[in-house]
Amino acid sequence: MTQRGDGRADGIALCAGEADGELLRLDEPLSFWGGTDLATGVITDVHHPQCGASLAGRVVVMSASRGSSSSSSVLAEQIRSGVAPAAMLLATRDAIVVLGALAAAEVYDVRMPILLTDAAGIPRSGRVRVSAGEDSGVVLWDGCGTSAAV
Amino acid sequence: MTVASTLVLTAEDEAKLSGERGPGVAMAMRIVVALARVSEATKLIDVESAHIDSCLYHGQAGLDFAEKLVRLGARVSVPTTLNVSSLDLMHPGLVRLDAEESAAARRLMDAYVALGARPTWTCAPYQIESRPEAGTDVAWAESNAIVFANSVLGARTARYGDFLDACAAVTGRVPLAGLHLPAERVPTLAVDCSDLPAHVLESEAAWAALGFLVGRIVGEEVSILTGINPASVDEDRLKALGATAASSGGVALFHVAGSTPEARAAGSAWPPDGIRSTVVTREMLTAARNELTTAATDASLDAVSLGTPHFSLTEFEKLAELLREPGDFVLPVWISTSRAVLQQARERGLLEALEAAGARIVVDTCTYLVPILADSVRTTMTTSGKWAWYAPANMGIQVVLGTLAECVASARAGRVIRDDSAW
Repeated sequence: MTQRGDGRADGIALCAGEADGELLRLDEPLSFWGGTDLATGVITDVHHPQCGASLAGRVVVMSASRGSSSSSSVLAEQIRSGVAPAAMLLATRDAIVVLGALAAAEVYDVRMPILLTDAAGIPRSGRVRVSAGEDSGVVLWDGCGTSAAV
Repeated sequence: MTVASTLVLTAEDEAKLSGERGPGVAMAMRIVVALARVSEATKLIDVESAHIDSCLYHGQAGLDFAEKLVRLGARVSVPTTLNVSSLDLMHPGLVRLDAEESAAARRLMDAYVALGARPTWTCAPYQIESRPEAGTDVAWAESNAIVFANSVLGARTARYGDFLDACAAVTGRVPLAGLHLPAERVPTLAVDCSDLPAHVLESEAAWAALGFLVGRIVGEEVSILTGINPASVDEDRLKALGATAASSGGVALFHVAGSTPEARAAGSAWPPDGIRSTVVTREMLTAARNELTTAATDASLDAVSLGTPHFSLTEFEKLAELLREPGDFVLPVWISTSRAVLQQARERGLLEALEAAGARIVVDTCTYLVPILADSVRTTMTTSGKWAWYAPANMGIQVVLGTLAECVASARAGRVIRDDSAW
């Protein structure tokens, strides 16, 4: 049940898992391979608007990844070493991102939830909880966040 | 919201998933099935071959994944080729990775060979024998291999990448989705290239610049290029176009009217009525070259890099032709190719003049992926749009894009030599 003043966005689960963290909204698609630092999770793509931001532990909102499919390996490695996003909220069924999370789940039993969801109503910043089951999932936040749709 | 698709598995799929075919097959099948749900596929289909890109070392996770498959007894179930690795096994010491990373990269290569894949170590599996036939379903990974298989060979592969490539090879099954579906292969955008003079389209670099534009314009859409004389088209040029379009955009399939297999089969029915159309001009092509050129062309030049994607036998022939005119290279000239093509080039006597002029050959890997060029190299000239796209970020090297003739002239002169008539 949603509490009064709280925010909620539903989505389709692309990868099951539970996580919470600070939102990080990416204004453009990102290639994990060549666009992020393997060891730290910091965005290194100089053309990216959020270059310099760290993905580590964040609930990353982005439309899609872009570029090389080697991004799956980079994401899996970042999940292994603990510098990956805590969760991802995508606007597309991005197989490259999902595969990185699935591989890490197989090998390390670490589950990074990935949701397909409309990010328009989700705040631009603040702390959220992401809960993804087999089919569906939800993003929850308290009422203090500023809606990105404003 | 719920997942709308209903994936129907065969009894054999279920047997693989449940572990009846072994735990390694089950692990691979879990990932194939999960991806089928993500891509809303209603069933899985057989593939005739696979090309694995996961053999390039990106860290411990990729190695742990491959070794887990091996440990669980998985084997590839279809003919499977391997993409470039992080090492050149024929020229030990050429790649300057630290001992620990070299050892891990080697273990990763060994794991994929242990799974039963062929140690081809090339991003251009389409240059070696047993290429897929038009209309067949395959599971190929690596963006340039994918776009070549779809566009030039007319085979059908979705955009497979790390992990799924190996799982498809082990299970022999992929989701029926994306470019496996004929309806997804029909062009939605026409790119009119009739402004491009035939003599400009005589260089691979011009096709790379065209690919850069196509990628920018179409993103991930399927396009059809019109107004190109089929006499101007060859596989090296389509390779250059596809590899660059897959870098600057997400192109996994393009057609060239009158030239590529599906466009030829469609005949006058393509471009389909009512699709959007855009024009590419000669000025745009030169602007694309200039955008891919990150270095000042009057800056000092330190090296030349050829063979991204891997240099073909016909590219060795084109280079040998340019070397008939004598002249040593005063700059290092690096050529990345596959072992198989290198062997053929050697047998045909194409390497002697090249090696005498001072060129250096790299196999099994590529100069934009791992440190091979000297640390002191700041600026490199290349025919490759893909190299130009990735090397500045990957290697910290600035790039000049040029034709093969411009690269040879520059390697001899020790500075950038342009031939504006080629553009």
